[in-house]
Amino acid sequence: MHMADALISPAVGITMYAAAAGAGAFSVKKLRNEIDDRKIPLMGVMGAFVFAAQMINFTIPGTGSSGHLGGGILLSIILGPYAGFITMMSILLIQALFFADGGLLALGCNIINMGLFTCFIAYPFIYKKIMKKGFSAKRIYTASILASVAGLQIGSLGVVIETMISGKTNLPFKTFLFYMQPIHLAIGIVEGLITAAIAGYVWKVRPDIIENGDTDKATGKVSFKKMIAVIAIAAIITGGALSWFASSNPDGLEWSILKTAGTDELEPTDTLHAKALEIQNNTALFPDYDFRQKEQQDDIKGSDKTNVNNADQEKFVVNGGTSVSGLVGGAMTLLFVGVAGAIIRAFKKKKGIIKNKACES
Amino acid sequence: MPDIAQSLLNIHLFDELARRKNSINSLHPLVKLIVTGAFLVFVVSFGKHDVTRLLPFAVYPVFILSLADIPLKPLFSKMLVAVPFIFGIGIFNLIFDTDIIMYIYKVPITSGGAAFIALFVKCVLTVLAALLLIATTGMDNIIRSFRILHIPKIFVIQIMLMYRYISVLLEEASRIWNAYRMRAPGQKGIKFSLWGPLAGQMLIRTYERAQRVYQAMLLRGFNGEYTGNAIKKAGVLDCLYCAAWILFFAIARYYDIPSAIGKLVTQPFDLF
Repeated sequence: MHMADALISPAVGITMYAAAAGAGAFSVKKLRNEIDDRKIPLMGVMGAFVFAAQMINFTIPGTGSSGHLGGGILLSIILGPYAGFITMMSILLIQALFFADGGLLALGCNIINMGLFTCFIAYPFIYKKIMKKGFSAKRIYTASILASVAGLQIGSLGVVIETMISGKTNLPFKTFLFYMQPIHLAIGIVEGLITAAIAGYVWKVRPDIIENGDTDKATGKVSFKKMIAVIAIAAIITGGALSWFASSNPDGLEWSILKTAGTDELEPTDTLHAKALEIQNNTALFPDYDFRQKEQQDDIKGSDKTNVNNADQEKFVVNGGTSVSGLVGGAMTLLFVGVAGAIIRAFKKKKGIIKNKACES
Repeated sequence: MPDIAQSLLNIHLFDELARRKNSINSLHPLVKLIVTGAFLVFVVSFGKHDVTRLLPFAVYPVFILSLADIPLKPLFSKMLVAVPFIFGIGIFNLIFDTDIIMYIYKVPITSGGAAFIALFVKCVLTVLAALLLIATTGMDNIIRSFRILHIPKIFVIQIMLMYRYISVLLEEASRIWNAYRMRAPGQKGIKFSLWGPLAGQMLIRTYERAQRVYQAMLLRGFNGEYTGNAIKKAGVLDCLYCAAWILFFAIARYYDIPSAIGKLVTQPFDLF
């Protein structure tokens, strides 16, 4: 469920980073109220445990396939939601850096999809609610499975929404949804079973780990709702600000073109239109905003006529009237870059050999 | 089955690469973080169908991996991890977006095809940038630069500990896995009845290890403060490096460099 950078737009990536940072700051603030620092090494080592546990292959009986641990729910059970969220942030960061599992720009999205929804929504509203009646093996099992399934369903919905808003793919929303949700239902059930098995066993042998994991008395319903509301508002403001910035640029430019051209409206001649589009797309910070609107028109109308119109516009935008030279130039750019790189490496190798020879003599 | 030994090697490899002394590694880590971030934002900001205009951005990863002497094979094998998912989603661009935008010698190129290629190029560029960041900076330096960004101490100490203990716990998981495999020949994974006890035992041992770690830290004077050694201040070279790259990214983003090169080349020949 880790999202790659190529699928998102900068606006989505940065907005989600803001939301993740907000949730992280909130968690840190809550953790500062803890009496001792005992939790910090526990967070570090538990995070490493989840990391290692993700390497273990849990065979699903009867299917021959396997599942693995995500970690959000289990970490929340043992550490509490705030410490669990921070630990999930670290795990996702290391996965993005070392294993290319999820992009760096998409890290905010991944933290929200896999950390926030599990630790701050699924855990308190499902697991804790069930456990309020008291601890028992059966309750631990049900609570873990339900919380994992819910957390992953919301998470995969998040992936779908973030990808669609970014507008880099032609995947129809419904298709994407019907493709993601059932898969993550299955993954969620497996993760729930793994979490349940581990939590159930640990509760039998060391009940204190499970029962005293989350001792913060302030984790009542009220604080969570407040926090989620604050983060949602912050995300909306950031996203709104960014998209306003993106859309205000073209308007400003058109306004200045109007001013310099001295006419009320632009003449709808081909060249001027194409030029304006070219300028618009060269200077707008987030040109995919335009594409997204076109895409939405395509989806809604779905008629051939609209397609042709948009295709014409896109022809201008994509080629700028110089498609072949663009390709030639592109090929030459790659060639140049590759050759430059090879030269630098050859030079370094030679330097290394000369250095070694100098050392020998 | 994700090879545990391979994962350990992954982590150690990049750290070892970052420890070597060369021009890129000795740059200030925050500068490298900023340049990587800018690179990602600029690359990802390209429209759905922009392919050729993305290509000048290849200069950055090639430059870094050449100067820092990063071995190509582990780099590309890591990239293969990210590619299948992109292909799975990009296929829909090929299928649904069939407006033909141009012809190369009578072969039609659809805008969906352009989008697919664009996705692939973006994937390669962004993954390379992230991998090169860790290969030239190393986890320790990145974590230290978090403090400069005023990221809270709790987070920083915790991730540093986690990073150190990943190797320890991966080795423990590897031992458990091998012990299990030797006692259960022919089984491909851990069977259902043992999920709880096996991983649960490991968790309990980890929990108790964490308590010992905490006590050891207390005995050595841990009081919640972060006391890592500071990084040297950013010098003129670092700032110039940062500014130069961001300027290049901005120019490459707003001007169609490949088209310009292409026009220069094709005009004398009067090609179409």
